[in-house]
Amino acid sequence: MATTAPAASPLPLQIDSIVKRFGEVTAVDGISLAVQERACLGLLGPNGAGKSTLIRSIVGRVRPDSGSVRVFGQPANSPAARKELGWVPQELALYPLLTGRENLEAFGRYQGLRGKALREAIGWCLEWASLADRADSVVKTLSGGMRRRLNMAAGLIHRPRIVLLDEPTVGVDPQSRNHIFEMVEALRGEGATVIYTTHYMEEAERLCDRIAIVDHGRIIAEGSKDELVAQSFGSRSDVLMRLDAAAPNAAAWTASRGGTLQDGVAHFPVDRPSDIASLLDAAARDGLGVVDLVLRRPNLESVFLQLTGRDLRQ
Amino acid sequence: MISTIVRNGFLALRRDRGAMMLSFILPIAFFSIFAIVFGSMFGDSTPRVNVLVVDEDHSPSSERLVRALRQERALVAVTRPDARSGEPAPPDYTAATAEAAVKHGTAPVALVIPAGFGANPISFMPGTSRKTIRILHDSSNPVAAQVVAGMLQKVAMTSLSGSMADLGMRYFAQASGGLTPQQRQNVESSLARMHDQNARRDAQADDAPAANGDSFGGLVAVEMRDVVGENKRSPMVAFYAAGIGVMFLMFTASATAGSLLDEAESGALDRILSARVSMTTLLAGKLTYSMLLACAQLTLMFLWGAAVFHLDLFTHVPGFVAMTVATSFAVAAFGMLLASLSHTRGQQAAIATLLILTMSAIGGSMFPRFLMPETMKKVGLLTLNAWAIDGYTKVFWRDEPVWHLVPQVAVLLGAGVILFLVARHFARRWESV
Repeated sequence: MATTAPAASPLPLQIDSIVKRFGEVTAVDGISLAVQERACLGLLGPNGAGKSTLIRSIVGRVRPDSGSVRVFGQPANSPAARKELGWVPQELALYPLLTGRENLEAFGRYQGLRGKALREAIGWCLEWASLADRADSVVKTLSGGMRRRLNMAAGLIHRPRIVLLDEPTVGVDPQSRNHIFEMVEALRGEGATVIYTTHYMEEAERLCDRIAIVDHGRIIAEGSKDELVAQSFGSRSDVLMRLDAAAPNAAAWTASRGGTLQDGVAHFPVDRPSDIASLLDAAARDGLGVVDLVLRRPNLESVFLQLTGRDLRQ
Repeated sequence: MISTIVRNGFLALRRDRGAMMLSFILPIAFFSIFAIVFGSMFGDSTPRVNVLVVDEDHSPSSERLVRALRQERALVAVTRPDARSGEPAPPDYTAATAEAAVKHGTAPVALVIPAGFGANPISFMPGTSRKTIRILHDSSNPVAAQVVAGMLQKVAMTSLSGSMADLGMRYFAQASGGLTPQQRQNVESSLARMHDQNARRDAQADDAPAANGDSFGGLVAVEMRDVVGENKRSPMVAFYAAGIGVMFLMFTASATAGSLLDEAESGALDRILSARVSMTTLLAGKLTYSMLLACAQLTLMFLWGAAVFHLDLFTHVPGFVAMTVATSFAVAAFGMLLASLSHTRGQQAAIATLLILTMSAIGGSMFPRFLMPETMKKVGLLTLNAWAIDGYTKVFWRDEPVWHLVPQVAVLLGAGVILFLVARHFARRWESV
């Protein structure tokens, strides 16, 4: 008896070769991505890399010049896709003269929630964002961290299956940032698929199981943190050598040794710790003063520097 | 969805004292100042005054007077309504139709020469028997009635010289104990020549205006009656309530619609549009809020007028509601257009100030249109202010029935629809880029 194989369920997010230009500037240059259910994908890149334009293409606020975005198989900007997406923009997109509860009620209604469902959603949001005790405070009287958390809650009031967080920790203090991390982890625990943009590598390392490094509108590497490090460094370690500020031709000397100079610090991938001795000998021989030296396991920042020659925070 | 947008608007307004002041207190303050200062005082501009002339006498004297009135440069005297193309000339005005026309606003003044006027048209002293000319006027334009009364005395003096000579000779004869037969023959011969010259001059009457001169009070007997506002206590309050109200409504509507620019700036607009709200729904919600706010402002303004300036609001509720809804809709759509045209709040404020003050000036919010030259009156019809003020004047001043408001309501609603559609067109830039 012949059996029919069950149809594969569509991916939460499938992006195929999207391109978006603003005049002469190509903000997104042929990005393709596939995000699995319950995954947390980090889009890591410096400011202006194209992360926000990519996110805005997903939520339908930017119309790509070419390529396609599908959300659970539906075109982005379709009502079905909108229902599945929860977008937290980088800006504090709230009504400043309304209270937190009133904001949640408004954005809940914009998402089609009414009555009991709306009340329950507001209750969940306030608990999730730890704002229950300040629910009736006018937004402009809340602290920056509270506004950030409310901004996140307003984007997720309709409990979407895909959550798009665009730099949610911009401008918040370390304590509030930690609070936001816990909120994202709680979301993941509930099974949401998360796309998280940041230019802080520690956030991507902590929250995301896959990371796409974005630069100049392209994805230049993708994988788990370990995969990305292995792709760039193999088993090698990273030597950070701070050179004397007065050292002449430091950049050329660093490059001739296979390293990259960044803010007076030369980064060298080394296979063995014993390679450090030869680097120090070479520096001494060529008349370069070494202020200090660190051996460390490469991280995402090292990967980005290795791939682009630039610091992630530039 | 729309109710949520409306509710958000009111919640934000309640917490924005500046906007509340601008919306409710400032307009009342300005309205009060204008109503007090200008309620009984007008500018010294005296453009040509339209006057409807009714001749019930049809005597040589009355006909001469009518002819002279028509030649008077300061007046536009007509004896019958304009004929419609292809239709026979309508009949001359009667006292009743002229009074109705004044009540309707066709002209600010009508002048009725009664039957029997020609038998004894003038008098040099009080107490003599003569027929009284009636001046029926609309006191919303008090300048017009005074101009017509003054011009009537002047015209009587220049056009009724024969009658003046007749009367003068009668006085002389009485005072001197009588004329000799020879003197009487000479006088009658002289008067006959004068009457003959007058008749020939009348026959050759051209359009040359009569020479200017000071008015001569009391030569003809005149009775003035306010046929529109005779039972009203504060003639100009409705005018200023509408005029000032509409101007401030425009400022408020502009500021309210400007929240679109704030939301675009904060990113809230993007968030709303990424939810299940279309741009049309969003604009409709903003328009509805702005319109309700405008209705509240106008209602408060007229309630204030009723309480403080004795405006008869409560017997004109249907007309007030019709005009308030139509005006509020048009003004709200105007605000939406300003916001959708502008890219920043500053830009919007500048455009709004310029447009609103200009529209208010030529549309009659600051100075009554009936005191403006004809060209300006026509240009004023391009503004929302003019149609709104005309409508409110019909309601509160002329006591016209609601169905007479059809032109004003239709124009305001039509303008509102067009302005909203244009605003929607420009708002495309906020949709996905």
